[in-house]
Amino acid sequence: MSEIVIIKYNAGNVQSVVYAFNKLGIEPIISDDPETIKSAKKVIFPGVGEAKTAMNYLTARSLDKVIKDLKQPFLGVCLGLQLMCSHSEENDTECLGVFDILVKKFPSTDGTNKFKVPQIGWNTINNLKSPLFIDMKETEFVYFVHSYYAELSDYTIAQTTYATEFSAALHKDNFFAVQFHPEKSAEAGSKIISNFIKM
Amino acid sequence: MPSKFIALFTKRIIPCLDIKDGKTVKGVNFLALRDAGDPVELGALYAQAGADELVFLDITATVEKRKTLAELVKKIASVINIPFTVGGGVTSIEDAGILLNAGADKVAINSSAVKNPALIGELSKEFGSQFVVVAIDTKCIGEKNVVHTHGGRTPTALDTIQWAQEIEARGAGEILLTSMDHDGTKQGFACELTHIISSRANIPVIASGGAGTMAHFADVFAKGSADAALAASIFHFKEIEISVLKSFLKTEGIAMRL
Repeated sequence: MSEIVIIKYNAGNVQSVVYAFNKLGIEPIISDDPETIKSAKKVIFPGVGEAKTAMNYLTARSLDKVIKDLKQPFLGVCLGLQLMCSHSEENDTECLGVFDILVKKFPSTDGTNKFKVPQIGWNTINNLKSPLFIDMKETEFVYFVHSYYAELSDYTIAQTTYATEFSAALHKDNFFAVQFHPEKSAEAGSKIISNFIKM
Repeated sequence: MPSKFIALFTKRIIPCLDIKDGKTVKGVNFLALRDAGDPVELGALYAQAGADELVFLDITATVEKRKTLAELVKKIASVINIPFTVGGGVTSIEDAGILLNAGADKVAINSSAVKNPALIGELSKEFGSQFVVVAIDTKCIGEKNVVHTHGGRTPTALDTIQWAQEIEARGAGEILLTSMDHDGTKQGFACELTHIISSRANIPVIASGGAGTMAHFADVFAKGSADAALAASIFHFKEIEISVLKSFLKTEGIAMRL
């Protein structure tokens, strides 16, 4: 049994996620093999990329069904979070539906100020409600890169604002997801990864 | 309704490490290179000091037709825990893919985008626009802002403001705007041109070239409407400490991660 398996799919910078675990003394496995993923103690679902292409890749390998049936602690990152929702406006994509909420494109204004899309940079997370954020203070800075966002919902365990309020992190049963990149969020991100490892 | 939480999206401070033969260098007006240390060590130091991102430019890659240093990128990615961009010599999806797999968060393209503008769209489609930073080296010729390539050596027929709009339309995720007229002078950023480009763009603009004092950074954010500011030698030679700079900018009313 592998400790931590990172789901391999056609999405970018998986290597940085590997390095983030390496820094904590863990050597994760990268795999798209359903049996390897099912037998993992914990699963990471990373990703930067485009929703439709990613969903097609997952569906072609039956990983969509595999993911939904997993019972071990599971962490989606960035596009991973969006694919765990029910539908994304990005190329009108049906997603996994772990979280029964919608992913929408950022508006370019909040009614007063212009907002550039994608959001690229550091923003604070607030209203932290999860063991994922143990020993973290409110308004901690984390690094975001995204053009689409998950709306606020009962699953929201951290929120932030960029043109609109949205979910910075989601949780349901064994499924956790963060919109930001913990692997790129300096000490705050390392803390979150470390908290997930302890689950 | 959930209560209101105040979020704070910040401006970014980005040290740039110009790389030649695996070493950090910084020239005055892109000439007369001086050694400023090991890029991996410097990068880690800046991440510790509170840098928001890093940019590594292999400044000789285009000129000497060298491919960028994937091995160096691996070392950098395994040590630092903030995002970083790698530029220099990327001319194809294959080049960019090698850097991505080595751990780069973004690639910067410059001369190759001018030579082959379709590359911007190809990279954006393959890796997402967030991966594609298009760097513009600009210099005034008479009344015109003219795009230059090959480390600023070669003028093109492109108008800088028009080119900035074209690269966005082609799928760039960010613009890295370097004023050759200001670079190395320490007389301040090109605030006026940065403002024109940034206020027209719907993607972030990183201002570069001319930083000499902390007030220059305040100006490029407040007057230049920059989303991020990049500098090299003033950080390498410890003329300005990043933590001190960021505290100063916060007192000036600019959103900063501290």
